[in-house]
Amino acid sequence: MKKNMRIKGGMIDRKRPLDFTFNGRKYAGFAGDTLASALLANDIHLVGRSFKYHRPRGIFTANSAEPNALITIGTGAHQNPNSLATTAELYNGMVCHSQNHLGSLGFDLLAFNDFLAPFLGAGFYYKTFMWPASFWEKFYEPMIRRAAGLGALSGLDDPSHYDKGHRHTDVLVIGGGVAGLRAGLLAGRAKLKVIIADEDFHFGGQLLTTQGEIDGKSYKEWLQTTLAELASMDNVTLMPRTTIFGTYDHGIYGALERRRDHLPPEAQPQGVRQIMWKIMAKSAILASGASERPIAFSDNDRPGIMLASASLAYAQRFGVATGKRITLMTNNDSGIDSAIALHAKGVNVDAVIDSRGRAESHHRLPKSVRLIPQGQIVGTSGRKRIKSITLQSGARIPTDCLAVAGGWSPNLQLTCHQRGRPIWDANLAAFLPPNQLPQGMLLAGAVRGDMSTQACLNSATQAATTAIKTLGKTPPKSATPTAENRPYTIKPLWSMKGGKNRQFVDLQNDVTAKDIAQAHQEGYSSVEHLKRYTTLGMATDQGRSSNLIGLALLAEASGKTIPETGTTMFRPPYTPVPIGAFAGRHRGRHFRPTRLTPSHRWAAGRGASFVEAGAWLRAEWYPHKHETHWRQSVDREVIATRAAVGVCDVSTLGKIDIQGRDATQFINFVYANAFAKLPVGKVRYGLMLRDDGFVMDDGTTARMSDTHYIMTTTTANAVSVFRHLEFCRQCLRPDLDVQLISTTDQYAQYAIAGPNARRLLTRIIDDSTAITNDAMPFMGCAEISICGGIPARLFRISFSGELAYELAVARNYGDALIRHLMELGKPDGITPYGVEALGVMRIEKGHPAGNELNGQTSAHHLGLGRMLASNKDYIGKAMASRHELTRTDGVRLVGLIPLDRPNSIGDSIGAGAHILPINSGNSAKDDAGWVSSVAYSPMLGSSIALAFVEAGDQRHGEEMRAYDPLRAQDIRVRLTSPHFFDPEGSRLHG
Amino acid sequence: MIINHPLLGPRDASEFTYLGDASLLMRPNSDDIDAYHDYIHLRDNPDGLHRELWFHEQGDRSWLVITRNTATHEITKVELARKT
Amino acid sequence: MHYSIWSILQQGFRGGRGWVRAWRAPVPQKSYDMIIVGGGGHGLATAYYLASQYGITNIAVLEKGWIGGGNVGRNTTIIRSNYLLPGNEGFYELSLKLWEGLEQDINFNAMVSQRGILNLFHSDNERDAAARRGNSMILHGADAELLDAAALRKLCPFLNFDNARFPLKGALLQKRGGTVRHDAVAWGYARGADRLGVDIIQNCEVTDFIIKNGCCNGVETTKGKILANKVGVAVAGSSGRVMAKAGLRLPIESHVLQAFVSEGLKPILPQVITYGAGHFYISQSDKGGLVFGGDIDGYNSYAQRGNLPVVEHVTEGGMALMPMIGKARLLRMWGGLMDMSMDGSPFIDRTPITGLYFNGGWCYGGFKATPASGWCFAHLLATDEAHAVARAYRLDRFKTGAVIDEKGAGAQANLH
Repeated sequence: MKKNMRIKGGMIDRKRPLDFTFNGRKYAGFAGDTLASALLANDIHLVGRSFKYHRPRGIFTANSAEPNALITIGTGAHQNPNSLATTAELYNGMVCHSQNHLGSLGFDLLAFNDFLAPFLGAGFYYKTFMWPASFWEKFYEPMIRRAAGLGALSGLDDPSHYDKGHRHTDVLVIGGGVAGLRAGLLAGRAKLKVIIADEDFHFGGQLLTTQGEIDGKSYKEWLQTTLAELASMDNVTLMPRTTIFGTYDHGIYGALERRRDHLPPEAQPQGVRQIMWKIMAKSAILASGASERPIAFSDNDRPGIMLASASLAYAQRFGVATGKRITLMTNNDSGIDSAIALHAKGVNVDAVIDSRGRAESHHRLPKSVRLIPQGQIVGTSGRKRIKSITLQSGARIPTDCLAVAGGWSPNLQLTCHQRGRPIWDANLAAFLPPNQLPQGMLLAGAVRGDMSTQACLNSATQAATTAIKTLGKTPPKSATPTAENRPYTIKPLWSMKGGKNRQFVDLQNDVTAKDIAQAHQEGYSSVEHLKRYTTLGMATDQGRSSNLIGLALLAEASGKTIPETGTTMFRPPYTPVPIGAFAGRHRGRHFRPTRLTPSHRWAAGRGASFVEAGAWLRAEWYPHKHETHWRQSVDREVIATRAAVGVCDVSTLGKIDIQGRDATQFINFVYANAFAKLPVGKVRYGLMLRDDGFVMDDGTTARMSDTHYIMTTTTANAVSVFRHLEFCRQCLRPDLDVQLISTTDQYAQYAIAGPNARRLLTRIIDDSTAITNDAMPFMGCAEISICGGIPARLFRISFSGELAYELAVARNYGDALIRHLMELGKPDGITPYGVEALGVMRIEKGHPAGNELNGQTSAHHLGLGRMLASNKDYIGKAMASRHELTRTDGVRLVGLIPLDRPNSIGDSIGAGAHILPINSGNSAKDDAGWVSSVAYSPMLGSSIALAFVEAGDQRHGEEMRAYDPLRAQDIRVRLTSPHFFDPEGSRLHG
Repeated sequence: MIINHPLLGPRDASEFTYLGDASLLMRPNSDDIDAYHDYIHLRDNPDGLHRELWFHEQGDRSWLVITRNTATHEITKVELARKT
Repeated sequence: MHYSIWSILQQGFRGGRGWVRAWRAPVPQKSYDMIIVGGGGHGLATAYYLASQYGITNIAVLEKGWIGGGNVGRNTTIIRSNYLLPGNEGFYELSLKLWEGLEQDINFNAMVSQRGILNLFHSDNERDAAARRGNSMILHGADAELLDAAALRKLCPFLNFDNARFPLKGALLQKRGGTVRHDAVAWGYARGADRLGVDIIQNCEVTDFIIKNGCCNGVETTKGKILANKVGVAVAGSSGRVMAKAGLRLPIESHVLQAFVSEGLKPILPQVITYGAGHFYISQSDKGGLVFGGDIDGYNSYAQRGNLPVVEHVTEGGMALMPMIGKARLLRMWGGLMDMSMDGSPFIDRTPITGLYFNGGWCYGGFKATPASGWCFAHLLATDEAHAVARAYRLDRFKTGAVIDEKGAGAQANLH
């Protein structure tokens, strides 16, 4: 039977009814409802089960501090677990399910845990499940894991869109309650750029849920006027549904704006669900308010027990009575005010229990409300909804809703994200923000302990005035409005003794008062130990309603004061933020940008297969129609290149233009080999070391003129080498006249390799005499022009070991040039080759590449020790001479030829196999090296490999094993020189 | 963090690449391994003011020497490395 | 008191009144045989193994705050021994073996969960490096398997295979890798050491070392002077500021590493997964939270908190790899202090000061090392000889060039 708990008033739109389902049953609410208010309007309190004991739990708050009402909203890929019913805006067709039960919400089989509670106290799992040892993985842990968690992810890719952005503002006002709006209004009138953010979908904060007057106008009217003025100002941005979740360095705030969570999921694919903003604020006014907290007592977790402020919020804002017969328990004046306001709304407040004696505020209570001073609750009844309360006097009070007012705790989290420690205020019985606030932060309102509307308005005026003056503007003249200014007194009461049953402190994680006492008894007395041992405050609500009570109980147990006991660290986020929102659009294929080579479009048109090389996509091979295996394509490309001519896009190599009077000196300083005497028009191989003496990178550098060099780097190290060179230039040798710029993106560069390379080049070069063997011998370079006047650069360098050139043109010509070369090269037998064939040819030639230049190898390891110059200073010189980098029994680069037929992995020695002696055991002490690169050489008709082997340079001809247990392969290999093909280099000079 | 670039004004720290202690500016003059060992590997690693090198990689490619408090992240001075 | 199902039942019936302190709260003596500075995982493990393996029980562990409050109290809980270099692999394999018997040894359930760890690779070169590493692991007696893309997909169908920026070509799997309930490690070692007579003294900060004639005889603390024949320092991220009191400069920088946990969710992620292309690693705790992390923020810091760029970087990696986690909410993010060494590998060594020993430079790999670090540091303190698997962890290795640089990143702390 459905009940209707609606009362008059509220900010809901009764002309817009909305349907929703909860656990398959259909209910109705109104626009302006949260899911929680709509459920309560249907008299539904039981909405979930607790984490550990699966106790029935009801709606406890009306805000983001909710510990109990966690609901899964939506279905399929839109399923959104652990959503707070108390903040979720109702939309038409919302589908909701309760969580964490086996069976139904009403009959949860796992509630059996509740009977075992005496044995499941704090930390029980650290003390058992150890015998027998093998049972942990097989039995105990799977059992524990099955019980883990609250809601479930769908397991499907998240279909929602997220975005990220930056905002810059003079003043960021955090919280749009009375203090925030007042401060924002003043800053706005002072012509400052202002953002006011509030997590709620309506601005107003407590003004929405309580009654009163400001300057003689009702809260509602004041809100309307103020918001209208704010909306009229171009310099003010109002951001509802926006949570400022973290305070970061130098005035940066993280914000989550929920743009479409209040719409049905069908509406979501069309727009951005949420935006993560980084707000750079010169000044921030924190007006985040305060949260009410409960008081612990025996059986204090039944559905129908909620905070007094929540009960009032549902009545005032949503027009819902949370019970027909409400009892209110308080230890402070705010609870009395709530009772009065509830009564004024026509809600039946049956009794008010005040743990204090007589208080001034009691006089304001309506006569019809029974007052029980010095009352304490020792028990409650009602499994799925509270039925009655038992007082310490033994009196039973029948009730269907118990509203608890335990005092207010300022929402000071954002003041402590930079490790600030809050300060205890005994009058308020609460922690206040630290004196040392994050840079640029000011406080306004309840967050600084202002407990009346008037005090909030006053501190807001003050904060705004400070901010305005600090930012160099004049505060507008405006009298601070007048409002209610009643005193607030509280007599702290954290838990009511005398009951027989458990007092739940952390409702979600089921941490009880007894757990806290036991943790202390076992020595977990530091507040951080307490939190970790009992899980107090570690649930989704981060203990917003429970931490202080837990602290107080710990202080009580340890005989310390609350400030002596201290608090745990506050860390972002203020409320949980979806992972998707942090990632924004950077997901899937858009995780990182993709760089395309100049010939990409042409290569794609030829059906090239592409491979990721860092940020680049490069063609790995160009399959022909009849080829069924990549090896066929690669072998063909190698053979064709070595037989005729091949062309390969090498634009991804880093290119650095180096100019200046001292360019020579600079290059000679950054390379380990001699560079001082490189003639103009020549290119030289350069070996670059890190300052710790290990090899950083290699490449070629061409001298174009006395003062102009062009350096190339490997693709992988293009960015880090450039950074390193700038470091050398600006930090180590600012005395040198030299300038650098990266031109990697400005040039398209093609390797043209093979016996027919020169013949092909003569077809496009404007002056073919420039490339005769005499005019441009091996390692020559020149500025040339091609195709009738297009400027180009030509380098006669060779990675393949063939007669080869690299031809560079402005990048925009890249596509045309490759097409032109392919057309003109037909008579020369031109074949495009990809990075795989490039790799095969460099392994055939024994050139080191990424797998060899892995940052762990020295020049000596690579067999390049003799290149190190002795007669100059260069980066890495001193450290390169260290014993471990030079010792003659250290590893050396060698070639490997298999003596057995490899069995398992494509005719190849396995890259990553280790090199062991023939008759050794198979353990680490036998390990003599490893295979770094492998290829099948179509020229040799064999699998070949490069490897690093201890004293390998002295062991050419020796037989060893390539031991590869990962791939069940163990084959004999012969160590050779790494120069497998044309070791004399005769082809280079052709 | 925000770095107040001496030429470009306030920039988000994510535009920069960090290297380390600004003592890396003081490269030894000799080939002495001990001197290099100290220069390359040993650090004061202070809990407080730290002069350190940042590279404006996604900007003007200036190397900066920044004085920053490692306990609070407060930046008190930003200089061009080539002018220090 | 021995922990078991019987003690639970007994105390359950007695209302828990009989539970005793897991460790005492002793007043410091005037002198000890040895002092361990640092009541984190490594310091407590060292004390425990000194007592249990070498019979040295007249020991104090001095902790400036609460034990286990450093990185053992906030990390991503991963254990593994999938290292490449000989200087490391033997050590981490010893550690994994110690994890495997830890709970029965210390009578404390730290929930060592060998659910398997997958290191994904994305290119042929990365596969080659993974193979070299896996073979090295096997040579050192560890377990390793190389999965191709198809096998990986069978194991983890939820990964983003079809729309990946960096293709998933396979993974190196170590089945014995997994996770451990991190706080329990500190508590378990503390309780174990305490039961053998070790004094664990909290809220006791070392303010100075007592050094005469190049010899360390004890420490000054906020609770007074405490003498000892040997002082072992295991203070991780505080290494720089503590060893500076002894006048030592270290090849270490302190950096901040952030880590993250989501709200509790029903089990969805069986293994530990590390995503090299995105600097992202993730597992799901027994309580249901997705625990994940990535790179360090990259700048020297003692602030124990980080900034947004790394949060974004890490979550982007997560969404690139497993877009199913988009609606999981990040519940807490925290920053820890990492003692980043100049080659990414640690030190367990004597110092130039007689009687003063140093354990540090764990970078962000210290948690998995806890048992072996304690074991080997205890060995060094007890015998004055480096343990066989920790011989490479010398403070002077940069002078000879015998670096242990797993990443090949060189002498730049924030790249390791």
